[in-house]
Amino acid sequence: MHATLQRDPVLRVAGLRKHYGAVEAVKGIGFEVCPRQIVGLLGLNGAGKTTTISMILGVLEPTAGSITIAGVDLARHRSRALAQTNFAAVYAPLPGNLTVWQNLRVFGLLYGVKDFKTRAETVLDEFDLKKFRNTKCGVLSSGEQTRVGLAKALLNRPRVLLLDEPTASIDPASAKDIRQTIRAAVRQGETGVLWTSHNMYEVEEVCDRVLFLSQGEIILEGDPKTLPAQYGRQTLE
Amino acid sequence: MNLSRMAAVPLRQFYLYRGSVARLVPMFAWVTIDMVLWGFMTRFLGGVAQTQYRFVPALLGAVLFWDFMTRVMQGVTTAFFEDVWTRNFLNVFGTPLTMPEYIGGLLVSSMATSAVGLLVMLLVAGLGFGLSFAAYGAMVIPFLLVLFLFGMALGIGAIAIVLRLGPAAEWFVWPIPALLSPFAAVYYPVATLPPSIRWISRLLPPSYVFEGMRAVVSGQGVNTALLGAAFALAILYIVLSYWIFARVFRRAVKSGLLARYSAESVS
Repeated sequence: MHATLQRDPVLRVAGLRKHYGAVEAVKGIGFEVCPRQIVGLLGLNGAGKTTTISMILGVLEPTAGSITIAGVDLARHRSRALAQTNFAAVYAPLPGNLTVWQNLRVFGLLYGVKDFKTRAETVLDEFDLKKFRNTKCGVLSSGEQTRVGLAKALLNRPRVLLLDEPTASIDPASAKDIRQTIRAAVRQGETGVLWTSHNMYEVEEVCDRVLFLSQGEIILEGDPKTLPAQYGRQTLE
Repeated sequence: MNLSRMAAVPLRQFYLYRGSVARLVPMFAWVTIDMVLWGFMTRFLGGVAQTQYRFVPALLGAVLFWDFMTRVMQGVTTAFFEDVWTRNFLNVFGTPLTMPEYIGGLLVSSMATSAVGLLVMLLVAGLGFGLSFAAYGAMVIPFLLVLFLFGMALGIGAIAIVLRLGPAAEWFVWPIPALLSPFAAVYYPVATLPPSIRWISRLLPPSYVFEGMRAVVSGQGVNTALLGAAFALAILYIVLSYWIFARVFRRAVKSGLLARYSAESVS
């Protein structure tokens, strides 16, 4: 029974489209993310990555298609579906006028986190944020703010974790630590991750599968470690 | 309705008020200034008018009631603006929080801040100028209730405007009470207005409250049927404003404005 549940995808996207007037930003894409799997969503700027993430996050309505999160249809049961998700993005920092702890407390309530204090201490520890507990997020460095965003993103142990360029503003050493922390958290739990990045080395290191998005379409997908060789290349770059 | 999710909004407001002089001071300052200004004004008018008319409960009381309604509206809008100012829409609306829970959270925040404002006004107007709610008897409860409900409706309507037109539309919101006040019969009876525009007053629940308030102060009975109509009208406005906000929100999700709100428009 447990093995069966493990194979069921936590995120299922089918026939997803988004039109902005005459412009078709996402053209009927479909993919799945399984528990403990990290799927990379790659593409040039404007390829449709953030549009896809926004639709999965419920802040952008698809023109067509369906999104199922942990077996719950997002369009029909938005709140139930979103309770199983969380996200972090460099363009969505947490409010700078609240302290790290206050932000976690507020989002702990929003995501219905049980035994909040224990869980908050755990994520603060995982992202080395304990010393910033009572510091306002706005005075943290961009790298530290990114770590706070990631701590928030893991607070509710989401089944689907959406990470939009999570290490974009972080130095290489910290980025490596963060990748390891996220990877460890994913391996321990039942979380599936959709991860966008422009850093192909990062993708190769962290992702189990990659989807290449171009002009709103998935043009290529596969294992990032074997894909370059299949196309006669050294790296994903 | 999940009360724990709803509580996140007033908790956030509590954290912000607790740590910010810039937010705490206006909660006390403007209502205090209003009470002091209008307190002396009523004292002056009482002196020059040489009548038995009770200016303190009729005029200073009216200003207090109107300020209370304004604080209710601003309590809703300010809590919403916190999400606008911190560009927090993606974080907040990407959670399981539902629209009724979000609006409910804004209303609870507004209840708390407007109650503090009301208390401060009562203290200043009571200690400084002898105003007491006892002057209105038991009618003070329906008066406050109608104004509270209408303030909520105005607040929800105002945030719908800002969500639709973008952050800069905040400047449409602040003058709303001032725009309504000439027609709301705050300072003078509806009969003072030209007959051709009195219908506007009839559409505004506060006008019934202020007419009723003056009737109580003059020793006449309040027309409870009209006050009941004001209550029903205020409820109607809440339903209407919520419906408008829900439509605007849905449109923002559909058009992509919510995801790119700082752009102000997606066209």
